[in-house]
Amino acid sequence: MYRIIRKKRLNPTVTMMDIESPLVARKAKPGQFIILRVDEDGERIPLTVAGVNEEEGSVKIIFQIVGATTKLLDAKEENEYIEDFVGPLGKATDIEGKKSVCIVGGGVGCAIALPIAEALYKEGCEVTSIIGFKNKDILILEDEFRNNSKDLYITTDDGSYGEKANVTVPLKRLLESGKKFDEVITIGPLIMMKFVVATCKEYGVPCTVSMNPIMIDGTGMCGGCRLTLNVDGKKVTKFACVDGPDFNGYEVDFDEAMSRGRMYFDFERHAYEETCNLLNKEVR
Amino acid sequence: MAINPKKHEMPVQDAKVRARNFDEVALGYDEENAVNEALRCLNCVNKPCVSGCPVNISIPEFISKIKEKDYEGAYQVINKSSSLPAVCGRVCPQENQCEGKCTLGIKFEPVGIGRLERFVADYHNANNNKEIECPKDNGHKVAVVGSGPSGLTCAGDLAKKGYKVTVYEALHTAGGVLVYGIPEFRLPKAIVAKEVDTLKKLGVDVETNVVIGKTLTIDELFEMGYEAVFVGSGAGLPNFMGIPGESLKGVYSANEFLTRSNLMKAFRNNPVTPIMKGGKVAIVGGGNVAMDAARTALRLGAEHVYVVYRRSMEELPARKEEVEHAIEEGVDFRLLNNPVEILGYNNPDNPRDERNGFVTGMKCIRMELGEPDERGRRRPVPVADSEFVLDVDTVVISIGTSPNPLIKDTTPGLEINSHGGIIINEDALTSRNAVYAGGDAVTGAATVISAMGAGKLAARSIDEYLSKK
Repeated sequence: MYRIIRKKRLNPTVTMMDIESPLVARKAKPGQFIILRVDEDGERIPLTVAGVNEEEGSVKIIFQIVGATTKLLDAKEENEYIEDFVGPLGKATDIEGKKSVCIVGGGVGCAIALPIAEALYKEGCEVTSIIGFKNKDILILEDEFRNNSKDLYITTDDGSYGEKANVTVPLKRLLESGKKFDEVITIGPLIMMKFVVATCKEYGVPCTVSMNPIMIDGTGMCGGCRLTLNVDGKKVTKFACVDGPDFNGYEVDFDEAMSRGRMYFDFERHAYEETCNLLNKEVR
Repeated sequence: MAINPKKHEMPVQDAKVRARNFDEVALGYDEENAVNEALRCLNCVNKPCVSGCPVNISIPEFISKIKEKDYEGAYQVINKSSSLPAVCGRVCPQENQCEGKCTLGIKFEPVGIGRLERFVADYHNANNNKEIECPKDNGHKVAVVGSGPSGLTCAGDLAKKGYKVTVYEALHTAGGVLVYGIPEFRLPKAIVAKEVDTLKKLGVDVETNVVIGKTLTIDELFEMGYEAVFVGSGAGLPNFMGIPGESLKGVYSANEFLTRSNLMKAFRNNPVTPIMKGGKVAIVGGGNVAMDAARTALRLGAEHVYVVYRRSMEELPARKEEVEHAIEEGVDFRLLNNPVEILGYNNPDNPRDERNGFVTGMKCIRMELGEPDERGRRRPVPVADSEFVLDVDTVVISIGTSPNPLIKDTTPGLEINSHGGIIINEDALTSRNAVYAGGDAVTGAATVISAMGAGKLAARSIDEYLSKK
């Protein structure tokens, strides 16, 4: 059992928790993920590590309430426990020796992008951050990004805050103006990452993407998280849990990943509604 | 007294009924059956059965106890050599091991040793209330990586000798392949839980949610005070065929399909982990895992289940008993067929059509057997222009696994072979001092009992090493 040390709602659909897990906290690096189960017989879900506090022995997770399990997790309060918490899994993001990096985060993906920005910033790298949201109400981590970036650009889909644009607009503008990045690292919805990669390709800038496919064990056993890379014209199967979650964005077959991500769409929507009904009953 | 030429039949659930439920297929001998089957044992001088057993159970000795109706005594005989009798009595391929060597088997059917072992273990589990005594601590600490059959055996043997053993398991439940791989209808999970419980009573600590190679490394285990480590981390990543369409929705590896059903309980009503149920399912491959997947698919409610295998029934590697059970239950074997492409739905007019990307069929080609390969098996060769489409919506690929990279990548000096298996010597010692290994992590996918044998050997070697220290 793993205690919830701290819980904070960042916006109506995004929650932050610090989970007591000293073994994971000792090891976790930016870019890695954990797998948790909220209760016995629960589903295993992967969440990327959003920060660690080694002294306290805690691991920070930030999650969006998108399905039954995240709904149940959000219903847990401080000092309550979750059943399972295992990690750190996957490979850490490669941050060594980079002089200038652009971090592009979208929505709750910004939670995962932040520790990478922090780590790079601490190493003395020049960090440019572009973070995008649907609207002002769901904006998260603005101050944290500001404190860990040389330049910060904020976009919203509806223009309620920052620039009314997709994240690719400021990225393209920077690249067009001759700004040089060793690498662009992007984390967010698949469709956003696909377009960030396309923008980078235009200017020949390397682009790393953080993939978050459906997973079960997360340790290289089930193969459910496989994705296809196009490496020098050849299709190669890779497993996000042990080979990733970071991949060379140029090589990832995004269309396939998007399709696979929707495999259980009907099931998940149904499960989410059932969970909401159940929780509402409990409240009454 | 004339010897009954045949084994006493194992009572089983009716094929039509069991094909739609997850209850255990084989129901087990009653006392009368067990005693009568035991009486078939000749108690011959050579005891070839014992040498056929990877953990060398004193088989005639335990069978003699059954003849005397001393079932608990029989259990104690088995328990000296095996930590998991209720498991082995169910899943061992006895026909290639103890029963394959049985003297009676030269003329008649061999003694049903596996069935008797299961009877004894089940009798013990149902009737024994004696508390297990925790052996006296000998002051040595050993870490075991993985709680599958090799790890549990190694841990059990060491605990009985007074070692303080911690078993580290990556998943949330102990048991390894016994829990995530082998289905409930062949090995009820309550039995595995009971065996794990027995180990805990012997003083073994089981730490779930710890991935060795990630949460902790082997070197850190030594820093924590463990004096020896046994690696029984199992087989690894599933292999795929490399044909077009393997990433379509509805294509699973057998590991994923079985894990969803067994470990995550997707077979229950209202599961929290989804699985594709119903429809037409093709299992690709012919091993025991393929049989488990095929029979699981049926029980999940499939309309029709095919096993697609590129050679003939004669070469099919699964246990005969499993194949027979599968056929009785209605699994349709398409032999000498090889998949060449998995086909998916694609609505060119509507890219948002929710059916897009789901499996609609599997294109196969007929095969015939040609010249024998280096292992003497006749090589299957495609028959020209014989392609056809099998109408399916779920495909489960069950063609083996490749070793997991997590431990080798984080353990400097640990040597592996060209297949990725950990290299060990005849004492189960790896290239690293005090690090032992066994089971699928060494051999690649094999059987439960051979993994147990490996765990046993390692326990003996660790004991020798640490008692000299």
